[in-house]
Amino acid sequence: MKTSRVQKKSRRTLGTWVKSRDGQKVFLFISFMTIPLLLLFTFTYLPFAEMFGFSFLDMKYTGAREFVGLKNYMKVFQREDCFKALKLSLYYMGGSIVQLVLSLYLATVLSFKVKGGNIFEGFMFFPYLINGIAIGFIFKFFYTRGFVFDTVLQWCGFELENLPYWLRDQSINNISLVATSVWRYFGQNMVLFIGAIMSVDGELYEAAQLDGASKTQQFRYIILPSIKTIITLNVILSISGSISAFEPSYVITGGSNGTGTYFVVMHEIAHTQQKVGLASAMAIILLLIIIAVTVLQKLFFKYVFRSAEEEDPNAARKREKMLAKMARRKVGRA
Amino acid sequence: MQLRRIKRILIGFLKYLSLLFCSFVAVLPIVSCVITAFKTEEEYMQTNVMELPQSWFNLDNFVQAFERANMGKAFFHSLVILFFVLVVSVVVGTQLAYVLNRFKFPGNGLIRNLFLFASLLPGVAMQVAVYSIMHDLNFINSLPGYIIMMCGTDVISIYIYIQFFENIPESLDESAIVDGASYFKIFYRILLPLLKPAIVTSCILKGVNTYNEYYNANLYLQDKKALPTVATSLYTFVGPLGSKYNLICAGVIISLLPALVVFITCQKQIYSGLTSGAVKG
Repeated sequence: MKTSRVQKKSRRTLGTWVKSRDGQKVFLFISFMTIPLLLLFTFTYLPFAEMFGFSFLDMKYTGAREFVGLKNYMKVFQREDCFKALKLSLYYMGGSIVQLVLSLYLATVLSFKVKGGNIFEGFMFFPYLINGIAIGFIFKFFYTRGFVFDTVLQWCGFELENLPYWLRDQSINNISLVATSVWRYFGQNMVLFIGAIMSVDGELYEAAQLDGASKTQQFRYIILPSIKTIITLNVILSISGSISAFEPSYVITGGSNGTGTYFVVMHEIAHTQQKVGLASAMAIILLLIIIAVTVLQKLFFKYVFRSAEEEDPNAARKREKMLAKMARRKVGRA
Repeated sequence: MQLRRIKRILIGFLKYLSLLFCSFVAVLPIVSCVITAFKTEEEYMQTNVMELPQSWFNLDNFVQAFERANMGKAFFHSLVILFFVLVVSVVVGTQLAYVLNRFKFPGNGLIRNLFLFASLLPGVAMQVAVYSIMHDLNFINSLPGYIIMMCGTDVISIYIYIQFFENIPESLDESAIVDGASYFKIFYRILLPLLKPAIVTSCILKGVNTYNEYYNANLYLQDKKALPTVATSLYTFVGPLGSKYNLICAGVIISLLPALVVFITCQKQIYSGLTSGAVKG
């Protein structure tokens, strides 16, 4: 009798607690945050930790594991293929500069009135929506001896004998691959820039036109300042993007003939040779480089936007948004 | 005066020339594929790749590519994956964004930063270890396992939602609280319907990414006979079929048709989805 009354009472208080705002909040937090945090933990931070552990082991995905200390890291520095691969990122950096200039030009042209602008925009953007394997086939086909690219060059008066093998000739094949990456992303970059330019207040242009400013002046004094942020963002992102370049080489040449970027070499070591420890060490080294670059980026941003932040009490919030932006752009590239 | 007019015409001419040239470059690789996809085997062997096919109604290659690469099954799998990934990512993403945006609690900032940092890690690098976790969970060659992983790796849509929440006034929640509505009710009845544009945007972006995903699909759905997706079904053409470009091109074209349809119908949303996060500020 007595105990049941106690139970009833406690149940009632539990019931009222659940219905109270505080109780609701706890329920809400648990039910809304458990799954995303679990997913984040399982597929990002757990592998991150595991990879760190793997990098000190000599192991395959299955079978015996042996502790080898820093041996894997030393091997990365000793192996020729790893560091040669890192040098290739210079090509990709060059490519991203070309891409940036090109897309900026196109965005500026298209943000003024252009006949058929929408159609041009659509044509140039569409490559971004093609899946990686299809891109691989398209460009293997495109670059094959005597096929699409060679034919077009022959139309322009080149002789087939003077043309190199675009994917085999080691003096040019990396440039061919970088070109495919530019081909794929310049339209997407352009759309981003157009968005940025369009977000400028239209009255500014009208006022400028009334004052007799030329198109070049409008670009120099109105467009450029207003999209400075997004340009800096792009320049900086392209650095970490270039270091971790992967796709063109993986899908088109499979890393043969000296086109294997660092990630392609790593993928091969991890999944074909099954040297998981060594691959993990490679990944960790690359992550450290990328984190270093990111920290430098942050310092750079702090420096560039220092004056703006002094006036703005919401600086921290702005910075967070900026980071989010970087992250989203990053995903766009991946 | 005359000189200025000539200059203006010249600039206009150069402008259109550059636009035409860039569009040509963008389209050329795809168009050459379309041309080849309509050629018969014999035609493909004997004519130059840029010569137009004899008949634009020769759909043989498409039929053959579709059958050989088992694309019917592949489309079905891609559709299933797409459906579940999008549903989970919308539900989970909006819920998390709601909590992170509307409530202040210790750890809020930490959670945001954990997600941010995660999105800066290059995906391919992580796969070395993710593979071993997938192996331990028995998720390799398992469709549900692959779907769960695809839900877990991309966290970016959360940011689209958080940004959108910031533009929904909190007075809306407050008046509902005064009326006695629970937080769940506020979320599902009031806020979720308002989030529709953000949901459409993030679904399109995430949908395109999921549909196009080939690296993870190749790694975790290795049994391509039983578990092809549209992207990995194209791997059929690696190997003995590797030089039959009339077939390969047909397969490639089939695989990018859905993307083309989505692009033509949702062009505006795709653009705005890409820019919405990147432009402000």
